[in-house]
Amino acid sequence: MSGAYASLRRVWGMMYRHISLYRASWPRLLELAYWPTLQLCIWGFTASFFAARLGNVGAIAAGGLLGGVLLWEVALRTQMGLALGFLEEIWSRNLGHVFVSPLRPWELIAALVGISALRVIVGLAPALLLAWLLYAFNIFSIGLVLIPFVANLMAMGWWVSLGVISLILRHGAGAEALAWSVLFGLTPFSAVFYPVSALPAGLRPIALALPSAHVFEGMRTALAGGGVAWGHLAWATGLNALWLAAAILLFANQFRAARTRGALISIGE
Amino acid sequence: MDVISATALTKRYGKTLAVDGIDFTVPEGETVGLLGGNGAGKTTTIAMLLGLLIPTAGSIFILGHDMARDRFAALAQMNFSSPYVALPSRLTVEQNLRVYCHLYNIRKPTQRIAELADELDLHALLGRAAGELSAGQKTRVALAKSLINRPRVLLLDEPTASLDPDTGDLVRSWLERYRAESGCTILLASHNMGEVERLCSQVLMMKQGRIVDRGSPADLLDRYGRDDLEQVFLDIARNRTAMAEAVS
Repeated sequence: MSGAYASLRRVWGMMYRHISLYRASWPRLLELAYWPTLQLCIWGFTASFFAARLGNVGAIAAGGLLGGVLLWEVALRTQMGLALGFLEEIWSRNLGHVFVSPLRPWELIAALVGISALRVIVGLAPALLLAWLLYAFNIFSIGLVLIPFVANLMAMGWWVSLGVISLILRHGAGAEALAWSVLFGLTPFSAVFYPVSALPAGLRPIALALPSAHVFEGMRTALAGGGVAWGHLAWATGLNALWLAAAILLFANQFRAARTRGALISIGE
Repeated sequence: MDVISATALTKRYGKTLAVDGIDFTVPEGETVGLLGGNGAGKTTTIAMLLGLLIPTAGSIFILGHDMARDRFAALAQMNFSSPYVALPSRLTVEQNLRVYCHLYNIRKPTQRIAELADELDLHALLGRAAGELSAGQKTRVALAKSLINRPRVLLLDEPTASLDPDTGDLVRSWLERYRAESGCTILLASHNMGEVERLCSQVLMMKQGRIVDRGSPADLLDRYGRDDLEQVFLDIARNRTAMAEAVS
């Protein structure tokens, strides 16, 4: 059996572990769809209210709001999916078994990336359907450019998660609250609901260092019929590559440090 | 052939020396006991052997693989069981075992799980969530997990801790049989002196991070002039020297 096949089986083994967990726990499944659907309802009604009063400008703004909600949920759900998957291993005191098997750390991360993608699909499907049924909003109308936008937001979720997991490896389960909160903290700088130009001048460099700000600028351009904003797409992709490389280095460093300190044995404490 | 070889193995946490330059080997097919009080360094030693912990100094070779450079090649042929490490409690026993079949690249998972269920009487437990099991049942499942890849090296950290005498005896009998049939090499850390006396051909006595004595259970009993290993353990824990030493 080839090494690549064995590696794929190990990745699948960890994915199977998490899929089994979701199959056995309907509250976990419900939680996946709960927040995206709730967010969509709140922002959808807000957007409908403005669209009814402001005419065409309001309709464009409403589209931007709904698109922002749905796409930002992609990043949020991806980030939470990966970080919570790692936390599940800590909560179940299973890390000791997992890391004495031939599973490589990167294979665990690959499995959690796969699970985070599944979480996004399952979590966002009801919200996408509701957006279409309630507000006649179809995010897919953006066209094929939606794919690189979504891929960039997922990539951002992954590197933010790797940063969170690194902090958990360094500071223990006490840092687990970051799994829920850290990406929310980046929302103001991500230009999800307003353009980067709406930010104070001093904060704009922070926004422009984040791939998400470029994705949402590009999304608004596409929704307003301005075509594909290749510049923003290139910036988002380049920044993601940089941040992802930095996060992988940080994770590798903290994983080794955790093995030096014995944190893999006592991390749940 | 020595399956496990540790040389000058040291682990330091800040100012605390948890393991202090120990040397030992475990020959193929033997069961070696790692004995010592709380904080003696047994669990730290096992964690280093498993690659969970990076030694401060020294080297470990398992099945000829240097654990500092090539640990995954050895880990595929090893396994581990401890009551202090759990399996995901919401997954069924069957799902848990299937996960590890994938992690250890077992070709026919269903068949392997059925074999282990036969051997360890797990059929009635396969569909139950791991978190619903009693301590004895969990130990049997953990043992099944540790045998999923038919390991050539098995590291056991207090495998019968908190088990009633009957279940503890069943586990020991099963380990004896498995070792005899498979030729597996076992390193067993335990506080249960009767267990060590029964299962182990060699014993390493640890105290404050060092191996302070070693030998077969019979040798140790003879050397300390005692009737059982518990008394030998107490002699070492309370700094009483071996009878042989005292005589000389």
